[in-house]
Amino acid sequence: MKHYKYLLMRRFSQIAILVLYIGANAWGWKILQGDLSASLLMGKVPLADPYAVVQIAVTGATLGIDIILGALIVTFFYGVIGGRAFCSWICPINMITDTAAWLRRKLKFSEVQKRFYMSRSLRYWILGLSLILSAVMGVAAFELISPVSMAHRGAIFGMGMGGGALVVIFLFDLLVHENGWCGYICPLGASYALIGKFSLIRIHHDANKCTDCRDCITVCPEKEVLHMVNRSSESVLMGECTNCGRCVDVCKEDALGFSIRSQLKQPKDEK
Amino acid sequence: MKNSPSNDRRRFLLSIARGIGLSAMGALVWSAYVGEVKSAPLVLRPPGALAEDKFIKNCIKCGLCVEACPYDTLKLAKPGDNLPMGTPYFIPRTIPCYMCSDIPCVPVCPSGALSEPSVSSYINKTNAQLDINKARMGLAVIDRESCIATWGIQCDACYRACPLMGQAITIEFSKNERTGKHAFLIPNVHADICTGCGMCEHACVTKKAAIYVLPRALAMGEAGNHYIKGWDPKDEQRLDTVKKNVPHEFTKTKLSEKSALDSLNDEGGL
Ligand code: SF4
Ligand code: SF4
Ligand code: SF4
Ligand code: SF4
Repeated sequence: MKHYKYLLMRRFSQIAILVLYIGANAWGWKILQGDLSASLLMGKVPLADPYAVVQIAVTGATLGIDIILGALIVTFFYGVIGGRAFCSWICPINMITDTAAWLRRKLKFSEVQKRFYMSRSLRYWILGLSLILSAVMGVAAFELISPVSMAHRGAIFGMGMGGGALVVIFLFDLLVHENGWCGYICPLGASYALIGKFSLIRIHHDANKCTDCRDCITVCPEKEVLHMVNRSSESVLMGECTNCGRCVDVCKEDALGFSIRSQLKQPKDEK
Repeated sequence: MKNSPSNDRRRFLLSIARGIGLSAMGALVWSAYVGEVKSAPLVLRPPGALAEDKFIKNCIKCGLCVEACPYDTLKLAKPGDNLPMGTPYFIPRTIPCYMCSDIPCVPVCPSGALSEPSVSSYINKTNAQLDINKARMGLAVIDRESCIATWGIQCDACYRACPLMGQAITIEFSKNERTGKHAFLIPNVHADICTGCGMCEHACVTKKAAIYVLPRALAMGEAGNHYIKGWDPKDEQRLDTVKKNVPHEFTKTKLSEKSALDSLNDEGGL
């Protein structure tokens, strides 16, 4: 059971949040209204996606006070618990990309297939590009093509042809590149990686317990963040970590676990 | 030789160049697509919406207005609708705006894309009251060729459906010379009152509605402000400000030496 603890918790959180949103539109629930771009919590607290708000801001629009407040609340929240927790605990696309990654492992695709080169920093280029385009075109550029909002909005308000985008992402992750969408392309994830850079909740690695089975690296969607495995005991500090706990679930030796970041305990660069 | 500093530098510069090249290419495709989907001149927006170009900048596509509408009037554009994705719109022939007096769709908008002041009237400076009659979602336009009332058949479906009956739509009576004993009851829309709710379009009895709501920017012309209504004292006041502000040049010819009245009265050789 331990092997699935965080996975089950994540699926529960992802599905529960989706159901709350759907319930708001379909049956008028007042717990979580709107969608992932902007919502109303308990009919009172405004929430807004900071990346979407920045895109709107650079178009030169005069922003409503509610979305500014909403974006600040969300930024603060993920600034504390780890920005990319959004990606693994809330984002609905994650269930699709996880399925693709799981299938890839089962079918041993990554072993036979020579990966074509993609840079992890691609997503930051796309992030920058989206802001430039938003400013030039006078409309939030990524919001018009975002498969994340498309999928999420589709689930709440009706899909249209939006299902196509999901199929494309699934096939891309399955056939073209391991974790291709979340790990390399999605600028929304990139924005949360930046927000979560200094967050308090961190995965900690205990090198003394590690037997170097590398199961954690196999299962981690952002392998680079686990560079310390079996080398030194330290916390995962890169903002790209999604705080998904896949590595914790999979580690038989208990070498990995969630911890609160403490600057004091962190060994200074052990290279 | 392989990892000499100059080679490293070359590789670094090359990767930067590649990044820029790819970005330029991406930007081109992306902006072409965005330009394509953001232009939808025929779309009708919820009450209180800012002008289309501003609206599309502001709207964060949260759907809160859609959820607030009790009549399911508003929809969020889905892929395939050929509208800016995720933005709210309505199709009056399917479900019109029922002009709720409490306008639930407007105050929930977090982004300012739907502006409360634009649908409020002021009792005094601080006392605003929601007033749906100030909404300008569009303007109803009549195709007189297919409106059966203009054929002489009695129909006042749009007139009766209009929440501002007798104001936004009035009926003009005239004699039907063809039959000699009937009347024409012709509907007329008044642009200064019509909110663009589309109740008329929804009610129209023809196969495809003969009265339909268009975005105001499309439905209306513009005379330009150099025409002055001499019969409207307020409008004519504009002349005074013009005289004050614009340095005049007067054309002097032989005729203009005398005053205009003189020249009119001067019957010359007659
Ligand atoms: S390090 Fe662990 S928590 Fe972070 S992304 Fe990888 S598997 Fe998930
Ligand atoms: S005024 Fe009422 S009917 Fe019209 S769009 Fe708003 S909520 Fe819907
Ligand atoms: S509530 Fe405002 S921001 Fe949200 S979808 Fe409607 S118009 Fe757009
Ligand atoms: S004329 Fe039509 S669109 Fe205009 S207010 Fe009346 S019913 Fe609404």
